[in-house]
Amino acid sequence: MASLRVLVGCKRVIDYAVKIRVRPDALGVVTDGVKHSMNPFDENAIEEAVRMKQKKVVKEIVVVSCGPTQSQETIRTALAMGADRGIHVEVPKGTEENLQPLAIAKIFAKLVEKEKPDVVILGKQAIDDDSNQTTQLLAGLLEWPQGTMASVVEHSDGKLKITREIDGGLEDISVNLPAVISADLRLNEPRYATLPNIMKAKKKKIEKMSPEDLGVDVTPRLKVLKVVDPPVRAAGDKVPDVATLMSKLKERGHI
Amino acid sequence: MLRYAVRRLATPALARNASTLLLVEHDGVAVNAATLNTVTAAGKIGGPVHALVAGDSCAAVAEEAAKIPGIEKVIVAEGSALKGNLAEAVTDAVLAVQAANSYSHILANGTVSGKNILPRVGAKLDVAPISDIIGIESEDTFHRTIYAGNAIQTVQSSDAVKLVTVRGTSFDAAPAEGGSAATEAFDIGGVANDKSEFLESKLSKSDRPELASAGIVISGGRGLKNGENFEMLYNLADKMGAAVGASRAAVDAGYVPSDLQVGQTGKMVAPDLYIAVGISGAIQHLAGMKDSKTIVAINKDPEAPIFQVSDYGLVDDLFKAVPEMITSLD
Repeated sequence: MASLRVLVGCKRVIDYAVKIRVRPDALGVVTDGVKHSMNPFDENAIEEAVRMKQKKVVKEIVVVSCGPTQSQETIRTALAMGADRGIHVEVPKGTEENLQPLAIAKIFAKLVEKEKPDVVILGKQAIDDDSNQTTQLLAGLLEWPQGTMASVVEHSDGKLKITREIDGGLEDISVNLPAVISADLRLNEPRYATLPNIMKAKKKKIEKMSPEDLGVDVTPRLKVLKVVDPPVRAAGDKVPDVATLMSKLKERGHI
Repeated sequence: MLRYAVRRLATPALARNASTLLLVEHDGVAVNAATLNTVTAAGKIGGPVHALVAGDSCAAVAEEAAKIPGIEKVIVAEGSALKGNLAEAVTDAVLAVQAANSYSHILANGTVSGKNILPRVGAKLDVAPISDIIGIESEDTFHRTIYAGNAIQTVQSSDAVKLVTVRGTSFDAAPAEGGSAATEAFDIGGVANDKSEFLESKLSKSDRPELASAGIVISGGRGLKNGENFEMLYNLADKMGAAVGASRAAVDAGYVPSDLQVGQTGKMVAPDLYIAVGISGAIQHLAGMKDSKTIVAINKDPEAPIFQVSDYGLVDDLFKAVPEMITSLD
């Protein structure tokens, strides 16, 4: 059977259901005391790696997270889902919001040199930054082929056949290994870590290092000048029936 | 001397040395509508705009691109290696053109296609790309949304080349006619790709307006209960000349294909009229449509969050209301 090794990335982000608040200094968003979880797309990435391992296509899953001490919780979740060991690239608390996609991609490129995986799977985008770049950046740095917005991944003979969700529908491509993939939400349905697996995960190894240990300069390239609330959209009126709705739309010139 | 210096300072440095390479999105037959919005964005940066048409069959697209006002030159990079718009090959074509002409800005649509390609270019140029801009403050400072559109970020790049993907709904579309740019072939003989292969595309075929640029969008959510019930929305859409969209829940449940998804991780739309049918209004869905001019919501739950952003809210059973709407338009 194939014996691929997979490197998967995960990011600790503000939970998707939380209503965020802009900080009074207008340079970011309030994160203290706010619920954080694993980026939803990264759950799909880890789930895909675990399924490939269950199918005996993959023999080892290494999960990586870049962030403050609390990122270890995110790594533990991935380990509980089925990853084998973790790497925590730690940055001082409070500086994690300065970690931008290009720096992350460079960190991953160094880890790829070290770990020599056959596949790297990342989430399509982080729901805080919404950039959708890291996979593409990493693939470019490594000069590996990329399969972004993946909703189906099949392995055979040193290649991956990937179905991508594109603007007009779907497209199928084939990439030679080694390759970088970004997981879209419909790639799979991520499992919940069971209690026995959470307990087992405590024994799995997490290696710690800093960006400096990898020789990567994570100074942000993009300077955030300001973060503000979007224009507020006030709620309008309720209309009692379809007839009223249609006449309002006619008034506004829509019909 | 002093007066001259003051006048120089008073003139914005914008555009003095700016020049933009704009990656035209196309399918070998026509220019993608979102490219017209990106042309407008390029115009705001200032300086000449050169449109790059890369692909294995470019002639018709290049001709169309040359007619867009605001484009000074169309650069055609044609070759079989560029079949299927694979990022590995298109990136190399962009890099070759950039190496030859040293643009200060490289722009692409904030679509799946543009987002797939531009960051890969960024890696090779060692530049931090800026995703999905909604505004341009100056040639190095841009606005974009974060946290599903719940905050707006102003970022400044100090990179020598600015790589930017543009959210189409935030810029007016340039006219499709009126320009007459020169067309120039660019030799990408050196571009080859043995790492990936395009197999096939399964595109949704429709006579309806394209979702991302339609003036009216009617979207269905989990409340529709199944794919057959979407037929009702298609009928209403046909009466109104509208496109049909969907919430993530409806796509996940298999009611409609994925390219209908409106939201943070799907399409961003900003039509004149957005009608949300059976959609609760999760933050992630609102991210994709809250810039619509008029929002109508139809939902039987009066507490649905969608009513917090709708201009007109109808608390009703959609299976009663939508047929009534269709009848009223007969």
